[in-house]
Amino acid sequence: MSSPCRRAVSLLLFAAFALAACDREDREPRGAPVGESGPGATVQGTLYAGEPTPPDPRRQEYEGNAYHISQGKQLYVWFNCGTCHANGGGDIGPPLMDDVWIYGDSLENIFATIVQGRPNGMPSFRNKIPETQIWEIAAYVRSMSGQTPTAASPGRNDSLNAKPAEQRTPKAEPKNSNPGGPGVEGRQ
Amino acid sequence: MRARAPMALLCIGGLAGCERVRHGVQSALDPAGHQAGRIADLWWLFLAVLAAVYALVLILLLVAAFRPRRRGRVPVGSAFPQEAPTERRLTRVLVAWAVGTTAIILTLTGFSYAVDRDILSLGHRAELTVEITAKQWWWQVKYDDPVPNRSFETANEIRLPVGVPVRVILKAQDVIHSFWVPNLHGKTDLIPGRVNETVIVANREGRFRGQCAEFCGFQHANMALDVVAVPRAEFDAWRESQLAPAVAPSDEQSQEGQRVFLTSACVMCHTIRGTTAASRVGPDLTHIATRPSLAAGTLPYSKGNLAGWIADPQRIKPGSQMPVTGLSADQLQSVLAYLDGLK
Repeated sequence: MSSPCRRAVSLLLFAAFALAACDREDREPRGAPVGESGPGATVQGTLYAGEPTPPDPRRQEYEGNAYHISQGKQLYVWFNCGTCHANGGGDIGPPLMDDVWIYGDSLENIFATIVQGRPNGMPSFRNKIPETQIWEIAAYVRSMSGQTPTAASPGRNDSLNAKPAEQRTPKAEPKNSNPGGPGVEGRQ
Repeated sequence: MRARAPMALLCIGGLAGCERVRHGVQSALDPAGHQAGRIADLWWLFLAVLAAVYALVLILLLVAAFRPRRRGRVPVGSAFPQEAPTERRLTRVLVAWAVGTTAIILTLTGFSYAVDRDILSLGHRAELTVEITAKQWWWQVKYDDPVPNRSFETANEIRLPVGVPVRVILKAQDVIHSFWVPNLHGKTDLIPGRVNETVIVANREGRFRGQCAEFCGFQHANMALDVVAVPRAEFDAWRESQLAPAVAPSDEQSQEGQRVFLTSACVMCHTIRGTTAASRVGPDLTHIATRPSLAAGTLPYSKGNLAGWIADPQRIKPGSQMPVTGLSADQLQSVLAYLDGLK
């Protein structure tokens, strides 16, 4: 084989190997219509009969994913979460950027809280917000107290904000995390 | 010859552009109001005077550049004593030039000052008050009235009676915006935490386009508003119709649409007076089907455009604060039937 030919072949091979590494992340920006998605993940507590429930498979997709977290950050504003929770510091709703998790700190817990609503004011957003968007909001809520990897957390704020962006938020170690709800005996 | 064809095309294009500027819905050179008229007159005066001065300077420059040298009159070496008369003449010309320049600048400043005084003098004659709050990226419009239940809200649309000065109170919710309807008046900024005021008046009927004139974020370009000037009687009728609560849905599909609207994400941001929807985050939709445009001038109003907007606002106006709400096809159709009936 002549030298230019060999060079061309090796270049082609190199390109083929390089392109094989390209695996575009699959994104579903529009989501399924609210009425057509299946039953919501409802992780009520840690105490179950039989085998422990495995984590929701969708957790993999949303947790620590920069795209979904930044989408969640926009949706947090667009769906007016800030009306009650402010920019995370809390107002008439509890703060989201501290280390207290009244209804659990896992992604599924937050998802369930948004979908089902909680006593004393948190409304249920079932059939109002599409599920994919709820997952994104839940992923963002975790980043507010630094629970997500810094590489994935939003690096800037879209509007004037006294609080630094989530990337610079120190991680608040969750305490009092209680997926079963506050003050329920025997469900710890 | 070959070079002339593109030139001719360019000229025709330029003239066509002029035509659009002289008769445009968003043109400061097609004034429809007292203030815009004064501003346009001032602009033409500036253009005429400055063009004349520019032409004069260019002509003198060309004369100086191409004038043959006067040889022999300037002996090489000691020339200064013989130059004295030329020097004196040059001094006189330069002094005259400086005096002329100063006079022109002072006169234009005087005209500018007089026009400024004049366009600000309409305030005390205003009969109507409209309160505009600019938000990313739309305009909330409130028609004030001394009787509280006679004030109402609309969005991205101002209607004015012809010949009546209207006081416009300007506020901003998030960042600095600027209110500019070129056919009626100059710009006035809307600044968060501050209340600005301007007065507009339309001297003839017509539809004009206002545009945010201060860069305010991603969708700044798609932040427009429609200004419609109509006769007084027509304005009063419009006002009465806007004051009324939304019409109740009559057919089955619209009733279903209302039910979907009140139980889905729509109700979390929008108001429809006469129903339980009363959130004040997004535009008031009580009479949405009467508006000329959708999404702050992004699309003309039609049922089809409304469908596209609800189905995927982020594709039409990326970054706008309306999320994809995930209505199913049937839900979307019924909501459309309901909203399109809100005349």
